[in-house]
Amino acid sequence: MGALKHLLDFTGWEASQVEDLFETAKLMQEVLERPVKKVPALQGFTVATVFFEPSTRTKISFELAARRMSADVVSFSPGGSSLKKGESYKDTLLTLEAMKVDAYVIRTDAAGVPYQATRWVKGVVINAGDGRRAHPTQALLDAFTLTEALGGLEGKKIAIVGDILHSRVARSDAELFSLLGAEVWAAGPATLLPQTLPGARLTTSLKEALSDADAVIALRLQRERMEAGILPSIPEYVAGYQITPERLAWAKPQAPLLHPGPMNRDVEVDGRLADSENSLVTRQVANGVAVRMAVLYHLLVGRNR
Amino acid sequence: MKRLIKNATLVDARGNHGKADVLIGEGRILSLSGGDADEAIEADGLMLAPGFFDPHAHLREPGQEVKEDLESGLKAAAKGGYTGVVAMPNTTPPIDTPEAVQALYKRARAIPGARLYVSAALTQGQEGARLTEAGLLKAAGAVLLTDDGHTNEDGGLLALGLRYAASYGLPVAVHAENAGLRRNGVMNEGPVSERLGLPGNPAVAETARIARDLEILRYVQQALEPTGHTPRLHVQHLSTARGLELIRAAKADGLPVTTEVTPHHLTLTDAVLEGMDPIYKVAPPLRTQADVEALIQGLEDGTIDGIGTDHAPHTLAEKEQDLLRAPFGIPNLEVAFPLLFTELVLKRGLKLEVLIARFTDGPRRALGLEPIHLEEGAPADLVLFAPNAERPVDPAHFVSKAKFSPWSGWKLAGWPVATLVEGQVVWRAEA
Repeated sequence: MGALKHLLDFTGWEASQVEDLFETAKLMQEVLERPVKKVPALQGFTVATVFFEPSTRTKISFELAARRMSADVVSFSPGGSSLKKGESYKDTLLTLEAMKVDAYVIRTDAAGVPYQATRWVKGVVINAGDGRRAHPTQALLDAFTLTEALGGLEGKKIAIVGDILHSRVARSDAELFSLLGAEVWAAGPATLLPQTLPGARLTTSLKEALSDADAVIALRLQRERMEAGILPSIPEYVAGYQITPERLAWAKPQAPLLHPGPMNRDVEVDGRLADSENSLVTRQVANGVAVRMAVLYHLLVGRNR
Repeated sequence: MKRLIKNATLVDARGNHGKADVLIGEGRILSLSGGDADEAIEADGLMLAPGFFDPHAHLREPGQEVKEDLESGLKAAAKGGYTGVVAMPNTTPPIDTPEAVQALYKRARAIPGARLYVSAALTQGQEGARLTEAGLLKAAGAVLLTDDGHTNEDGGLLALGLRYAASYGLPVAVHAENAGLRRNGVMNEGPVSERLGLPGNPAVAETARIARDLEILRYVQQALEPTGHTPRLHVQHLSTARGLELIRAAKADGLPVTTEVTPHHLTLTDAVLEGMDPIYKVAPPLRTQADVEALIQGLEDGTIDGIGTDHAPHTLAEKEQDLLRAPFGIPNLEVAFPLLFTELVLKRGLKLEVLIARFTDGPRRALGLEPIHLEEGAPADLVLFAPNAERPVDPAHFVSKAKFSPWSGWKLAGWPVATLVEGQVVWRAEA
């Protein structure tokens, strides 16, 4: 997949490219199992994590991924609130460019910034989440984790549940899973559903989405949705859409449960399930590092081949 | 001093009148059959039309001169072929007092450019709570009242404002969007916004508000009938096919409503946002191809009275923020005419006199001003443009301080060559 210059979303991707990436991720998993978890693959490369929106988990995951491959890592976290008039994304990125950064891992609350960035800098741009638009590495680690659990996604039914409308994870998951041949269902309250979600079927019926599903992904519910009047209350959501053991039983036996984290326990997912054998949440986190190592490797080394 | 414009092809809202030598003096057209002059302008191959009139521009003075000021704005307008421009009052502070109106006119007198027409706020501070002093504002020269930039959420206050303004003969212009339905939308709500995950602004935000305002207008019209006054409502920057239908029906019903459309809502759709460039972030948002087709039809059949540029300059740095934070708006004064001449007249066969009418008579009438036609005695507010010479849009050469454009690189014909206000050349292309 040397043709890929940036990782923004999955537009233009082919399934074989994802498979290549997963092969590399498997090698990276082995590296992470060694006593000395480090290889020299990215020695001499500098990776910058540029997080305009706070995120501890994704940032640590990317930084560990870069360091495990011996890249130099710099981190810039201006935070959303400092983006006032006079400061710009462009200036921030041009400053880093002047310091010879090779890859920019960008996270923002605003859809499009990583796309704009590709017009400003020469380095590799990796989208670490932009607004509601896309979160491609989350989708890759979700797909990788599901592939491990199910042996592949072709023909599998995957249910995504919760605030679909505002979720970049839902958008990227639907895009990637459908590319890999899965049948994707997205379920949530009517006010939290978009009119369309490419790659997925939409429903307000949790039962319809979960019935015979091979896997279930619960999304994080933001409390701001209550304040904005989009959802009446948490209890109402819990009554309709919380994943409980009883509801998970609608899915296939042993169907895995995923969650992009951080989880609101007893909101999106019944606490009993969160720590059960069905839950692959910690597996997702572990795979996140391996998958991001593979992404960095393909974009930085693959590019120079 | 007398000027002779030689061999120009004359066109105005009434049609094409063939070639003539136009003699100008004392601010008026003296003759269409030549005569002795102090200066001659050779206009063979050029078209002469009444100067364009923009009912809707943001010139940003006072308070935001970094984006634009009267000088750069009125000169940009002249370069675009405009001889009259209505400046919107959503400045910092808003234009809501007679003193502020007078101050702008005083400043503008020293600027060689398009003629300034000042609109004033409908409510004090544009806060939507208390009406401004319509009588004193009119006496100071205000031509229009509007809270443009803000939506008139309180229907009762709009009814009062229409009623009060009517007693002074002032039209009221509205930014027709329901804030509750619009929410924090940054682009048209539809498949594109959903794919991009951007908050959408649905068409119903505009259409529900237009429907409400037309009912309020009907109510005020009936209430004022015994007084002999007529309220006049001007709906700004129409963007939806359904909004057009509502206005078409209201006009057929005899309601005193006028409307305008921007160059961008006639030439671009929300699909351009796929490239995620905030340059295309405008309010109301770019809609669908079906809306564009309907608006062009409305422009042609006269449901839409005129072109309002909604010239909304910003600094490049502001526009290079992300799509959530970048401000709404683009600069339009310097490209509006060549853009629509090329896209609608040359490419789609719209009659030139119809386009000219929407750039001149329509918007003037919406404000209660007399139309200007090319005849003896008419004010010499004129534009010469080149219908055959094609060149690309280059924002770097804009006179406006906002040096960016969605149409950058588009090859257009119909560029203005000279603009005259009261017979004086206020802008002329370098040879």
